[in-house]
Amino acid sequence: MAKDNEINGQPEHSPDQGRRSFLKNSSLLSALALAPPYIVKAAGAEWDEKAARFFERVPLSIEVNGRSRTLSIEPRTTLLDLLREQLALTGTKKGCDHGQCGACTVHVDGKRVLSCLSLAVMQEGKKVTTIEGLAEGEKLHPLQEAFIKHDGFQCGYCTPGQIMSGVACIREGHAGSDDEVREYMSGNICRCGAYPNIVKAIRDVQKGGQKV
Amino acid sequence: MESSVSRRKFLRLSSLAGAGLALGFYFPAAAKAATIINGTDAAALGVELNSWIFIDPSGKVTLMCHRAEMGQGVYQSLAQIIAEELEVNLDEVNIQFAKGDKKYGNQVTGGSSTVSGSYKNLLKLGATAREMLIAAAAAKWSVPASECYAEGGKVIHKPTGNKYHYGELAEAASKLEAPKEVKLKPVSEYKLVRKPLPRQDLKMKTNGTAVFGLDFEVPGMLYAQVERSPRWHGVVKSFNEAEVLQVPGVKKVVKVKMSVHDKYREGLAVVADNLWSAMKGRKALKVVWDDSGFEHVNSADILKRQEEALKTKQGISAKKQGDPDAVLAKATKKLDLIYQTPYQAHAAMEPLNCVAHYHGDKIEIWGPIQAPDWVQDHISKQMNVPREKVIVNMTFLGGGFGRKAFTDYPHEAVLISKEIGAPVQVVWSREDDMTQGPFRPGVSYRCEAALTNGAIDAVRIKMAGQDLSNWMRPDKKSANWGTTEGFADPYFKTIQNISFTDIPFETPIPPLWWRSVYASTNGFAYESFMDELALAAGKDPMAFRRQYLDDERMHKLIDKLVEVSGWNTRKKKGGYGVAIVESFGSTVGQVVKVSKPAGGKLKVDKVWAVIDCGWYVNPDTIRAQVEGAIVMALGAATQHAMTFKDGKAELTNFHNYPVTRISETPPIEVHIMDNDANAGGVGEPGLPPLAPALANAIFDLTGKRIRKLPINLATV
Repeated sequence: MAKDNEINGQPEHSPDQGRRSFLKNSSLLSALALAPPYIVKAAGAEWDEKAARFFERVPLSIEVNGRSRTLSIEPRTTLLDLLREQLALTGTKKGCDHGQCGACTVHVDGKRVLSCLSLAVMQEGKKVTTIEGLAEGEKLHPLQEAFIKHDGFQCGYCTPGQIMSGVACIREGHAGSDDEVREYMSGNICRCGAYPNIVKAIRDVQKGGQKV
Repeated sequence: MESSVSRRKFLRLSSLAGAGLALGFYFPAAAKAATIINGTDAAALGVELNSWIFIDPSGKVTLMCHRAEMGQGVYQSLAQIIAEELEVNLDEVNIQFAKGDKKYGNQVTGGSSTVSGSYKNLLKLGATAREMLIAAAAAKWSVPASECYAEGGKVIHKPTGNKYHYGELAEAASKLEAPKEVKLKPVSEYKLVRKPLPRQDLKMKTNGTAVFGLDFEVPGMLYAQVERSPRWHGVVKSFNEAEVLQVPGVKKVVKVKMSVHDKYREGLAVVADNLWSAMKGRKALKVVWDDSGFEHVNSADILKRQEEALKTKQGISAKKQGDPDAVLAKATKKLDLIYQTPYQAHAAMEPLNCVAHYHGDKIEIWGPIQAPDWVQDHISKQMNVPREKVIVNMTFLGGGFGRKAFTDYPHEAVLISKEIGAPVQVVWSREDDMTQGPFRPGVSYRCEAALTNGAIDAVRIKMAGQDLSNWMRPDKKSANWGTTEGFADPYFKTIQNISFTDIPFETPIPPLWWRSVYASTNGFAYESFMDELALAAGKDPMAFRRQYLDDERMHKLIDKLVEVSGWNTRKKKGGYGVAIVESFGSTVGQVVKVSKPAGGKLKVDKVWAVIDCGWYVNPDTIRAQVEGAIVMALGAATQHAMTFKDGKAELTNFHNYPVTRISETPPIEVHIMDNDANAGGVGEPGLPPLAPALANAIFDLTGKRIRKLPINLATV
C-alpha cells in the first residue's frame, strides 16, 4: 500500500509525520505559542470544542509491531483510525465503530483490546501488536497457519480480528474446549459464518501446546 | 458469454512494448504480500492467449478472475477450472481480478452463477490454450502433436523426453489458429478440480495484506461521509453549511443525488482530508428534510396490509397448472394458512465504501464491487462518459450477499469526485449501512390446499411483498419473477392442480436481492406448509417429501439425508424437522434437531445438510458456503429483523440487530452429492431450508406451529 508516493515521483514521507502530504504538521508547542491563556488552561482539563480547534495535534509515543513511534495526533483519534490511516496498517478492520463486532481487535501489552473504542492517546508508552506484527518475517504465527489449514475464513474481513482475539483467547487459557472457545470468541462476529472452522483452528493450536 | 470461441479472436498477442498505462491492476503473487502495481507492470504479464490466460516468457501464468471474491472462493475456483485443462500447477499461477469489461461476458457476481455459468467455457478455454501450446511445441520439434502432451506448465515430447515450458511457446502459440473442437477431461481424470485445494488468498487474509475496498487509497484522496435522507425519498430543504465548513479538515459539503433503481436519493456529502474530520463534520450537520409526499411506513402496518391483500386482492398469476380454484371450492378438507417474514439488512462485515476519481475524460472506480460490468455500464450512462473511459476495479469484498451488486454507492462516489475535482473515498458508517438499505423485502404468504385420503388434491399459493424488479418493468403487468423460487420443480409433477399468484405490494422502502433472494422467504412458507400438509395427510414429513418429489436425484438426496441424520431412528428426546428447497440450480435438504431442557431455552442441537449441486470444483468451498448460509439463516430465523417506524429503519448496529455469533452456532454437518449433472449454484442454496426445517422441528418437539419469523427461541 505504500507505493503510491513513488508513482507521483514524490519522495516518501517520513513515517512519523503520517503518510499523506495534506496532514497538517502543527505541533502542540506551536499551537500553544499562538493560543490565548484560557485555552492553555483547558489543555490540562477537558477538551471542549472551541479549545480542541486550536489543538490539532498532541504528541504520542507508542510501540507498534515492535517499532517505536513518536507521533503527532488529533486527540480524539481512536487507536483503530490511528493504525489504519496514520500508520497505513490496514490489516486491522473497521466493522462497526461501536465495539460490537470485534473486527478491530488488536493486542495492547499482549492483551486483546477493541481498538475502535480505545483512544490512541491512552496508549501512551504501550506496546501495540496488530495482525501485521504477528508473523515473524515470512514465518506465520501458529494460529495464522491453523486458520489456513482449517479454512477458518471466507471473505477474510473479520479474520485479522478473529486471529488476534484467538491468540489472546489461548494465552488467557480460555480455549480448553470447543464450548469455551465459542464463549470467549463470541465478541468476534463472522457474517460469512465460518465459525465451525474458526473453532477448529483455535483448538488445534491450543491442543498443540505451542507458544503463542 | 459465447458458447464457442471465435477462432480468429481467440489468441491475441499483446504487444509488450505498447501495453497501455492502465492503472489499478491488482496483482497478488502467491507467496508475496499483495502490492498495487501501476500500468507498466501490466506488460509483464506477458502474452495474452485469451482474456483469461496470460503467459510471460519465464513461463509464469496469470489467470484472470472475472468475478468478485466475497468469500465464496471464486478467486480460486475459476483458476482451478482453467488450470485443470491448461495443465499448470495451481501454486505456480498468479490470479488477478479483471476489471469491468464486456469481453468477460456477465460479471455480475450473483445468483450463485459464477462457477455454474462459466465452468464449461473456462474448461474449453483452458483446453484450447493447451492444445495450441502443444501445437506450437510440435511445430518447433517438427514432430506430430499426437506425440506430445502437456503437464505442469510444460509440453513434453513422449518419445524423446524433450521439454518446453509454456513461456517458450506462448508467443508462437498465440499466432496459431484455435482448434474448432477440443476434448475435455472426464471427471475421473481431474487432478485439481474436486480436490480441496487451499485458496490462494488465504495467506493474504491471515497476515493483513489483502486489500479490501475500505483499505484502498490513491494519492491525494479525500474522504466523504454522506448524510442521506433517513426516509430515503426526502429532499434537502436547508442545512448549516457555514457551521460544517468550520470543522477542521472539512473541505466542502456537496449535495448528491445517488441513483437507486429508478429514483434518486438525496444526500449531503461532507468531504474532508481525513475520515475523522469527515465524521465530525457530518455530526455537526443539521439538515432539514422535506419528507412530504410519501408514506412513512411502520412495520406493523406492513404486516397487516400484506395479510389483508392476501385475503382480498386478485393478484397476477405467476404459474398455474390444472384448476386449483375449482378443486378448492368443492373440497371439504382444506388448509388455509398465513406465513409472514420480515425485512432484513445485508450487514456484511465490511461496511459500504467506494473510491472514485473523475479526472479529465476518465472515471476510475475501486471498491468492493460484485458487478463491475454493470457498474461500468451504469456510470457510463449516468455520467454520459463512454464505457471505455469508465474503469471499474474490484478489490476483495468483506462480504457482499447481494448488497454490493448494486450501482448506487459507486455512483455516489463518482458524483462527489466530479464535484470536488479530486479522488474521494466514500465511507458508510455501520449505521448508514444498516439503515439506508436497500433491504431484503419481507413477504407474507397465503397457502391453501385440499386433501383427500392423505393425498394432495390442490395447492393455491399467494405471496404479497415488494417486487425487486418493479423498477425494471414499467408495465408492472407481469408477476414477480421470484414467486416460485425455491419450490422444488418435481413437486409440479406430482401436484396436478397448483397455482402461484403474486399480489403486488408497495412501500417506499427500497428493496434489493439478499442471499438467496425470494427463496429466502419462500422457503420458509412453502416448506413449512409442505410439512403441515404431511401432518394433515397423516404421513411422516420425510416420506411425504419423498412421495411428492418423485425424481431420481431427489430420492438419492433424500435417502442420503435420512441416512446421515438418522431420521428413521430418531428418538423422541428431541424435535426433528426437514425441509427441501431447490434454488439457483441446486437442491439442498436439511434436517434440524432441537431440544428443550427442563426449565431451559429451546436449543438447536444440530443441522444436517445435503447439497446436490451437480458438477463441482472444490468440496471445502461448498462445505463452507453451506455452513455459512446456515449460520446466516439461523440469525434471520431467530435473532434479527429490520423494522421500520415512522418511515425510518429502526435498528442501527450489531447491538440491536444481533447477527449470529460463534457461541450461538450449532454443530453443522454438510454432505455433497457426487454426480456429473450440470453445475448448479453453491453460494445461496444452503440458506432457504434452515428456517422451515427449524420451524418444523419446533413443531415436532412442542406441538407449537410458528408461522412468523423471526422465532424467539426463548419464548417457544
